[in-house]
Amino acid sequence: MPRYFTQDHEWIDVDGSDATVGITDYAQSQLGDITFVELPAAGSAVAKGDSASVVDSVKAASDVYAPVSGTVSEVNAALEDEPELVNSSAESDGWLWRMTLSDAAELEGLMDEAGYKTYVEGL
Amino acid sequence: MSDTYKISPDETDEAQAGPLTLPLDGWHRARGGRMVAFAGYWMPVQYEGIIAEHLWTRAHAGFFDVSHMGQIYIAGEGAEAAIEAVLPIDLSTLPLGGVRYSLLLDANGGILDDLMVTRWGTGFYLVVNGATKHDDIAHLRANLPEGVSLSHLTDSALFALQGPEAFAALAPLVGGEHPLSALSFMRGASFTLGGVEAWISRSGYTGEDGFEIAVPAESAAAIADLICAQPQVKPIGLGARDSLRLEAGLPLYGHDMTPDIDPVSADLLFGINKRRRGDGGFPGADRILPLIDTGSVTRRVGLVLEGRMAAREGTKVLWGEAEVGSVTSGGFSPSLEKPIAMATVAAELARPGTQLTIDVRGRKIAATVTPMPFVPHRYHRKGAA
Repeated sequence: MPRYFTQDHEWIDVDGSDATVGITDYAQSQLGDITFVELPAAGSAVAKGDSASVVDSVKAASDVYAPVSGTVSEVNAALEDEPELVNSSAESDGWLWRMTLSDAAELEGLMDEAGYKTYVEGL
Repeated sequence: MSDTYKISPDETDEAQAGPLTLPLDGWHRARGGRMVAFAGYWMPVQYEGIIAEHLWTRAHAGFFDVSHMGQIYIAGEGAEAAIEAVLPIDLSTLPLGGVRYSLLLDANGGILDDLMVTRWGTGFYLVVNGATKHDDIAHLRANLPEGVSLSHLTDSALFALQGPEAFAALAPLVGGEHPLSALSFMRGASFTLGGVEAWISRSGYTGEDGFEIAVPAESAAAIADLICAQPQVKPIGLGARDSLRLEAGLPLYGHDMTPDIDPVSADLLFGINKRRRGDGGFPGADRILPLIDTGSVTRRVGLVLEGRMAAREGTKVLWGEAEVGSVTSGGFSPSLEKPIAMATVAAELARPGTQLTIDVRGRKIAATVTPMPFVPHRYHRKGAA
C-alpha cells in the first residue's frame, strides 16, 4: 500500500480508491503535546488543500490540509478521548480520517517516503 | 499542516539583525531545548514537552531562564519621587528589599508595560518585559529628571526557580547574612550562590512559591548547572511558563494588557497603590481615577471552556448572539485538563458563573466566567509556616 507525503506534513496511505490520512511524526514532534483534534464530519466532501482538520497543541492550533480531494468515510474516534495518540503514534494508530478519492491523479504531485525524508532534512 | 493560529512566540524585534543570544544559549541547546525567536532572542520553548514541564513545576521545581527581561537600576537624588511620577506606586510603604508590582502607563492611562520594582539600599531595581524593555527604558529616561540615573543591567542574567520544592532545592546552595528562609513572598535580599553575589527575591510568574535570581552573566551557566543538579529541579521552557501563568490568572503583557487597555478594564487595580488612588499624580490618573469610581465598560475575566478545544487570542466572545468581547489569551490547562482563557468582556457580564459562548473557528463552545486564579496560588506569605 503506497504512502505519500505532502510539504505540509500530512501522510496518506492509498489502497485503490480508499485512503487513510494523518500527520507525520516530524509534524507531531514540532507541535508538541496534542490536546485536541477537530476531525471532519464523516460524509463530508474535502478538496485538495482544504483545511479538513485542526490539531490543537498546548501552544497552538494547526490546520491539517486534505492531501487530495474526496469524501470522508470515517474518522478516528479514538482521538476523542486520546488525542495524544497523535504524539505517540502519528503514522499509525494516530491516523485522522479515511476518505474515498475522487481524483487519483492528484496523488502525482506528492512525495514518497524517501522524498519526504530529504525534504524534512532540508528544513 | 501549518501553524495558522500560533500564539505567543512571535513578538520579536528582530527586523534588523535577527534574534540575539542570551548567556545560556549553548546551555539550553546542550540540554535539548527547542529554541524559538522570542522578544528578540533565541529562547527555549520546551525541552521534554510542555505538559510534562508544566506538571513538574507544579509538583517539584522548575528552572526558567528569563534573561531576556530588562533589568534596570534607577538611583540618584530624587529617584523615589521621580519613580512615583512615572508609576502609580507608593514607595513610602516599600521596605528595603521589598518587591512590588506596578504598571507603566501612558498619558491616557493605557498600559505600556507591567513591571516589578524593588527597593535596594541605594536605589531601585526594576524588572520589565523583554519585548518592551527598550521602549520602557527610552520612556523612563525621557521622564526622569536630571540627577536621577538609569542603568540597563545588561551584564546580569535572570533566572526563576518555581514550585513547591523550590525552597528545598535552593536553600542548601545559598549563603549570606540571612538564611533563604528569611524571605517571604515579594521580599528580596543579597546572597552568595556558586561563589558569586546573587540578588534573590521570593517571587515569580507561576502562582507557586519560588524565587527570581539575578546573577552576573559570566557565571550564568555555572549557576544554572548548580541549580539544575538538584534532584527537585528540571529546566522549563517558555511554553510551560505561559501555561503556568495562565492557570495562575496572571496577565501577559501584549496580550491581556496593551496600550489600548486601562488598568481598571484589565482588572489590575492592585498595580495602583492605595495612596496613589487618592493622590493621583501619575500618568493617566485623570482618566483612571474616575474609572475606579464609575467602573470600566469592559473587564478582564477568566473563562473555563467546555470540551477540549482551546480558544486562542482574538477568538470572539458571545452572549447569546451578541458579540461582547474577545479572548486575550487561552490554552489547554495541563493541571485542570481542560481549556481555559482570559478574555475582555462587557463589564456587566464579568460576574462568575455567567454563561457565555465563544466562537472557535465557527464552532460555538460554552464558556463559564470563572474566578482567577484557575489554580490556587501557593505563595509563601509572611507569617505563614
